[in-house]
Amino acid sequence: MTETKSSNPGSAEVWITGVGLATSLGEGLDANWDALNQRRINVDEKGFAPYVVHPWAPVNFDTQIPKKGDQRQMEAWQRIGTYAAGLALDSAGVKGNKEILGRMDMIVAAGGGERDLAVDTGILQAEAKGNSAPGFLNERLMNDLRPTLFLAQLSNLLAGNIAIVHGVTGSSRTFMGEEAAGVNAARIALARIAAGQSDIALIGGSQNSERKDMLVLYEFDDFNLKDKFEPVWARSPKTGFALGSAGVFLVIESRTHAEARGAKPYARLTNVVADQARRKSPGEVTATLETLWSKLGKLGDNGAIITGATGAQPVTSEELAFLRHHPDFAVRAIGTAFGHTMEAQFPLGLALAALSISRGALFSPNDPTALEVEMSKPPTQIVVIGAGHWRGEGMALVEAVK
Amino acid sequence: MTATRDKFGRPIVVVTGMGVVTSLGIGKSDNWAKLTAGESGIRTITRFPIDGLKTSMAGTIDFLPVETASSTDLSERLADLVTEEAIAQSAIGTTADFPGPLFLAVAPVEIEWPQRLELGRDAGKAEYDYDDLLRVSGGGKYVGYHRRFLFGSVADYLAEKYGTKGSPISLSTACASGATAIQLGVEAIRRGETDAALCVGTDGSVNPEALIRFSLLSALSMRNDSPHTAVRPFAKNRDGFVMAEGAGALVLESYEAATARGAKILGVVAGCGELADSFHRTRSSPDGKPIIGCVRNALSDAGIVPGQIDYINAHGTGTPENDKMEYLGIASVFGDQTGSIPVSSNKSMVGHTLSAAGAVEAVFSLLTLEHQRIPPTINYDVPDPAIPFDVVPNKARDARVTAVMSNSFGFGGQNASLILTREPI
Repeated sequence: MTETKSSNPGSAEVWITGVGLATSLGEGLDANWDALNQRRINVDEKGFAPYVVHPWAPVNFDTQIPKKGDQRQMEAWQRIGTYAAGLALDSAGVKGNKEILGRMDMIVAAGGGERDLAVDTGILQAEAKGNSAPGFLNERLMNDLRPTLFLAQLSNLLAGNIAIVHGVTGSSRTFMGEEAAGVNAARIALARIAAGQSDIALIGGSQNSERKDMLVLYEFDDFNLKDKFEPVWARSPKTGFALGSAGVFLVIESRTHAEARGAKPYARLTNVVADQARRKSPGEVTATLETLWSKLGKLGDNGAIITGATGAQPVTSEELAFLRHHPDFAVRAIGTAFGHTMEAQFPLGLALAALSISRGALFSPNDPTALEVEMSKPPTQIVVIGAGHWRGEGMALVEAVK
Repeated sequence: MTATRDKFGRPIVVVTGMGVVTSLGIGKSDNWAKLTAGESGIRTITRFPIDGLKTSMAGTIDFLPVETASSTDLSERLADLVTEEAIAQSAIGTTADFPGPLFLAVAPVEIEWPQRLELGRDAGKAEYDYDDLLRVSGGGKYVGYHRRFLFGSVADYLAEKYGTKGSPISLSTACASGATAIQLGVEAIRRGETDAALCVGTDGSVNPEALIRFSLLSALSMRNDSPHTAVRPFAKNRDGFVMAEGAGALVLESYEAATARGAKILGVVAGCGELADSFHRTRSSPDGKPIIGCVRNALSDAGIVPGQIDYINAHGTGTPENDKMEYLGIASVFGDQTGSIPVSSNKSMVGHTLSAAGAVEAVFSLLTLEHQRIPPTINYDVPDPAIPFDVVPNKARDARVTAVMSNSFGFGGQNASLILTREPI
């Protein structure tokens, strides 16, 4: 397939002016930055054994979700996301600014919410014991499901909760479809601002990795990393991803809009491109990544690559082949430190790219295979890559503001 | 030369192909005939046992010769049908080579009870937990379920079969999803990114758990004795919506590209509006401001005033809350004209097709423009004095219709409105 066209070149410049991170490594930009540079990883090999997951680092929810009633209405993935969205709004200096929030657009990349495992298990066990008369399932679901659980599961209710808790109401769109949802959230928000269809947008996503029901879905094709944690590039012979917990949100806006309100940029979001290779024969992902790379814009020296490479095969090997064609770019695979945060992985890459540019340094490599190398100079361009574990390829160019 | 840009200088977006399937039938002609005859597609559920359910009816699609093991299978089948119909009508592109992106409104996807029970049986013991399910899930036996229950799976299928370009977008804005899919297509064409877009909304989610979830929120009608008369939008004795299945597809093109290839133009998407509500997860802000703002945004995006709208295709679910708030929103914007604009609800006949509703109702709105005939709101025997709409009660009406507003509102504070016209404005 031909690639999705990016926004019109020469149109409005778009800045990243807010970044909110609440991950397995902690809350806030400093905590995540320090953990990356200390090569600290928060991984749990026992709680969900044999599956490896990156558990969320607990926070005091009250600071971003003041009403307990709101917290109770959400499941973990929504609380994590709503919390991180609040951090992003704080970071952009727009928290509580009703005038801006009332016209701020929002695109959330979301999966679905966790199930009530006790209810599911109760029904399955009763069925196993022969209690499966007609209407049995109905009766159990009618009696056992919490009425509000539905709202905690619905994909668009992360956005709904962000609207309720933080007052972001210009628009509310939820994209689904695993990793590609995160790419497309950034791509569409950027295209709309660049074309003057929007001035400012909140984009991002969240995932709670400590979910057995989610592990089941990925276990169907043996995607879960088992037994022992290894960095992304060192997953052989055991391949796959360790699901990661994270809430990641960014505020992006036109340069004009940012300057008018005196907002400072972390970085410029120059371009986001995406495609969906059929992946029917070897090399398709490598070729698609090369095509996307050629569409990004002019790439100079002092570039780096931040990839959401999952560790799943064959896509990770295909991406590796692509990376080897671009040895001048220092590479960082964020899946090593954060695990695979699925819909949130591409926004996480964007956030870390913006952070690296604003701090004038690329964070430390963490890779025993030595694909990742030190970068001494401040990066001025960072390409963010997201190749989904099964479908979807995306790329973004994040640059220092000139 | 005809102008190909609207008054704001944006490419005009037209519709050149449409497809629809609902509980009334397959395709535009069958649906239109039944819709304007005031027929109901709501029936007692036969797909699964209804014992113990408070609501036991739905607008199910049971007349397709297809083996569906999950809601997502059915959603995919419905989306496929309407896409085929829409692309055939537009005669755009070549086989499996649609020249633009896909925007798909689809219900959130998850593993369902048949699969869960299958894993449970596979676990092979009486006392087990999720770890046992996990243990049997791997090893390759259930690879197909990974593909099926990814959120992007229906879009993936459509993108491959119809050869849409780029990264397909699956989206959910709850019951406004279908309208949002169309809005995304309109925006892409206006940005000049593409000359064409395929916008599809689909929903095949009538399964026990989905039904019970809505039931537990007290959103559904319980008039099980008489399914055909259960959905009563705007009537005083309305008691909830009825879940339904369906799909709608639109081929959108820039006016310039459509005329250049000599395509027949079925209508124009003149404007789109949206505004989120931060009041409550399932209820609208009591002051109606988000709905009012949404409707105004759509009008201003189209560059028209309320007086230019001559039919409103209502969200009209038939819940006490929705219909009251929709009236408040429309009356606030349309003022004195409110009572004189026909406002009807297709849902009185097809039920609420949820993620598909915005797309299904956009198709019906365009058919209204084409046939100059307004489908009725059926089951309207007891007017609600608090909602003095002209609901086109019970019988279709011939009328001059040049511009239609189609509203969609959903849980999570989702509001979206479309303005559809016969000719460019």
